Amino acid sequence: MLARVVENVYWLARYLERAENTARLVSVNTHSQLDLPPGYALGWLPLIDITGSREAFDASSRRSEEREIVQFLIADIGNPGSMAASLQLARENARTLRDILPTDGWEVLHQFFLEFTEELPTGLNRRSRFNFLKRSVLQLQTLAGVLDGTMNRNDAYTFMMLGRNLERADMSSRIADVRAAQLEAAPPGEMRPFDTIQWMSVLRSLSGYEMYRLSRRARVSRADVLEFVLRDEQFPRSCRSCLVQTQEWVRAVPRSGVVLDALALASRFLAAADLTRLDQNALHELIDQLQLRIIGVHDTLARTYFPNAEAHPAPQSTTPLAAAV
Amino acid sequence: MQIDWNDYSAPGLHDELIGPGGGARAAGRTLVRYLSELGGEEIGVRQHAAELAIKAMGITFTVYHEQEGSIDRAWPLDIIPRTISRKEWSRIERGLAQRVTALNLFIDDVYHEQRILADGIVPREVIASSRNFRPNCVGVRPPLKCWAHICGTDLVRDKDGTVYVLEDNLRVPSGVSYMIENRQVVKRVFPEVFGSAAILPVDDYPSQLYDMLAALSPRKQRRPEVVVLTPGIYNSAYFEHAFLARQMGCELVEGRDLTVHEDDCVYMHTVRGWTRVDVIYRRIDDDFLDPEVFRADSTLGVRGLMRAWSQGNVALANAPGAGVADDKLVYTYVPEMIRYYLDEEAILPNVPSWRCGEPRQLEHVLTQLESLVVKPVDGSGGYGMLMGPMSSQRERSQFAIQLRAQPRGYIAQPVVTLSTVPTFTNGGLEPRHVDLRPFILSGAKTYVTTGGLTRVAMRKGTLVVNSSQGGGSKDTWIVDTEQ
Repeated sequence: MLARVVENVYWLARYLERAENTARLVSVNTHSQLDLPPGYALGWLPLIDITGSREAFDASSRRSEEREIVQFLIADIGNPGSMAASLQLARENARTLRDILPTDGWEVLHQFFLEFTEELPTGLNRRSRFNFLKRSVLQLQTLAGVLDGTMNRNDAYTFMMLGRNLERADMSSRIADVRAAQLEAAPPGEMRPFDTIQWMSVLRSLSGYEMYRLSRRARVSRADVLEFVLRDEQFPRSCRSCLVQTQEWVRAVPRSGVVLDALALASRFLAAADLTRLDQNALHELIDQLQLRIIGVHDTLARTYFPNAEAHPAPQSTTPLAAAV
Repeated sequence: MQIDWNDYSAPGLHDELIGPGGGARAAGRTLVRYLSELGGEEIGVRQHAAELAIKAMGITFTVYHEQEGSIDRAWPLDIIPRTISRKEWSRIERGLAQRVTALNLFIDDVYHEQRILADGIVPREVIASSRNFRPNCVGVRPPLKCWAHICGTDLVRDKDGTVYVLEDNLRVPSGVSYMIENRQVVKRVFPEVFGSAAILPVDDYPSQLYDMLAALSPRKQRRPEVVVLTPGIYNSAYFEHAFLARQMGCELVEGRDLTVHEDDCVYMHTVRGWTRVDVIYRRIDDDFLDPEVFRADSTLGVRGLMRAWSQGNVALANAPGAGVADDKLVYTYVPEMIRYYLDEEAILPNVPSWRCGEPRQLEHVLTQLESLVVKPVDGSGGYGMLMGPMSSQRERSQFAIQLRAQPRGYIAQPVVTLSTVPTFTNGGLEPRHVDLRPFILSGAKTYVTTGGLTRVAMRKGTLVVNSSQGGGSKDTWIVDTEQ
C-alpha cells in the first residue's frame, strides 16, 4: 500500500473519530445540564478545554455561553477541531481514498456529510440538538461498522485502526482530566449528590456508562471512573485498551520497532500510576505526561511511515492540555 | 398521465428513438411501450430518484471555476436511454476497431520508418508542425507495437441517419466510468424494463482494461504491478481515475508516489518500502509526464519516466507521443490511412473537413464561415472553436484574423445536425441533441465498449454536449432486437 495512502487513511480515521467524540461530548453536556439545578451546572467552557481548542476559541471572539460554544464546537469551520471541520477534512481525505474505500463505506460517509451539512443550520437548536447529534454518532458508528465489515485486512485497514485508537486514547484521557478538575474544584459539602451525575456524564461522553455498570456493578465514584476510563481491560475506549489495540495493529507492519518502543513507554507509564491516591494536581500532571507519550507514539509513527510527516500540521488535539486547570 | 408520442416531434432531425412516422424504431420498441405505461408524471418521479441516487453515490465531476476554484458537481444524467440495435452496433464496432488499428499503425510508422510520409499520403509538414509529435519517441518500440491503448472516439449521426466520426481522443480520453455508473443508476430507477428487453451489459470494461494493461508488462509474472497515475483530486476526471483503480484493484498513484531509480525502473513508495511498477495507466498529459523531457515545471509527473519507458522497463498507456494522431488535421487523413495500411475502405466516414492549412481550402472556409464549424486542431472540451451559424459578424471577423495568422491550427467542417433522443424537461419529453463516445481498447486484441457514453445537450436547440459546458449524459442501450 502506498505510504501516502496509509497516511491519508490514518488521518481519515482520526478525523472521523474526533467528529464522533465531539458530537457525543456536546450531546452529553446538553443532557447533564438538565439534571442539575441552577448554580450547580458546570457550564460549557470545560468542553473548550477538553477539545483543546482554548486558543482558537479565545481568538474567535465568541461569548462563553451555551449557544455560542455549541456553534463553535459543532458548526464552526473556522475552528479546526469542530465537528464540521473534522468531517470536511475526513471527506477530503476520503476523496483521495476513493480507490481503496469500499463503495458502501464511501456512500455512507458521503450521504452523512450531505445530511449533516443540510441539517446543521437547524440541528443545533436545543429542541433538535439531541436527535441531530445522536443520529450523527450513529451514522459515524455505522460507517465504522461498514468499514470493519468490508475492508481487507491490509495496510490501509491497519492504519485506520491506528488512527482510530490513538484518537480515542487521546480523547479519553482529556475527558478524564478536565472533568476531574472541575469536580475537584467545586466546593465540598452540598455538591455531593450531583457529583454522581457529573461522573455519570463522564462515562456517557465515552458511551461507557452501561459498560461501567456491567463490569463494576458499583456506584459511580471518582476513583472507579478514573480507573475505568483510563485503565479498564474490557472497555474498548479506555486509554489502556486503545494502547493495547494500537500495539496489536502496529505489529502487523514492518519496521515497527520504534513505534512499539514508544507504545511500551506509554503503557508502562499508565500501568504504574496509582489512581486512588491522586489529588487533582497530581492527576493532571499524570495525564499531561500520558498525553505526551501518546503524542510520542504518533510522532514515531509519522516519522517512520508517512511521506508528509514534516508537512502535515500537527493535529490540534495532540497538543498537550496545559491550559486545562 | 399517458404519454402521447404524437406530441413528440423532432422535425427535420433524426431521432434515435422515434422514427419519422411517429412509431418507435426497432431497438426502442420495448422502451417506448414501457415509458408510455409509466406516464409522464412517473417519469418525473424516476428522474428525481436518479438524481438523488447520483448524489448519494457521490458520482461527481469537477469543474474549475475562476472565482470559486474547483467544484465537485453531481454528474448530470437524463434517465431516458439512448437505444441502438445490436445489428447496427456490430457494424459500428467493426468500423471503430478498423479505425484504431490503422491509427496505431500510423503512430508506429511515424515514429519509425515514416513510410506514409515518404509515400506522400500524409504530407511531412503535417507531422513536422504537429504540437503532439514528440521527437523523444522516435525509435521507441512499445510492447505489441501499440501506442493508443485506450481511445475514445466521438460519433455523431446527421439528419440523414449516417453515423460519422467526429474526432478520435488518443491522449487521456475520459467518460468511461460514467458510462458504467449511468447504467447502475438507470437499473435502479427502471428495474422493470431490464427484464423484458435484451439490453447488453456494459460493466465488463474494467476487467478488459486490466487484462489489456497487464499484458503490456515488461516482466512476465502472474500479477504484474499495474497502477493508475492521476494528477490528483482537483483534476476534473479524478472521480474516474479512482473509479477505474478501484474496479481494477490497482493502486491510484500520484507523481510524488513514484521514483525512477538508478536502474531506470519505476518504483512506488509503499509502507513496506519500494515496489517496482510494471504498467502505468497514466491520466496525465504528455506535457506533464516527465519534467526531465517535457515541461520542466511539472510537479505532476515523474522525473526519468521517459528514460524508463524508452528502455522498456515500464509500459505507459497510452504511450507518450500517441497524441500525434489526436491532432484534428491528422484526423482528416484517417480514411487514407485505412486504405494505406489495411487496404480497406473506412467503414465509418469522417465528417467532411477542410484543412485551413491548404491555401485554397482556407479561402473557401473564409467565405463560408457563417455555415461552418471551425475547430483548433489540438483543442478538446469544445473550447476555442467557432460555431458559424450561431456567431455574430464581429466574432467571425475576429476569428478570420486568427485563421489567417495560424491556418495550420484549424480545420473546418459543416455543421452536423446531431440526432436527438427524447429527454426529460420541464415541458415533458422533448428532443435533445446527442453524440456518442465509445471506448476502444487495443493491445493483444481489440475490444470496443458495448455502446459508450451518450452525451446530450440539455438546452433546447444547442449542439454543445460537453459536460464542462452544461451538457448531460444518458445511458446507452445496445438492444438485441433479434432475440
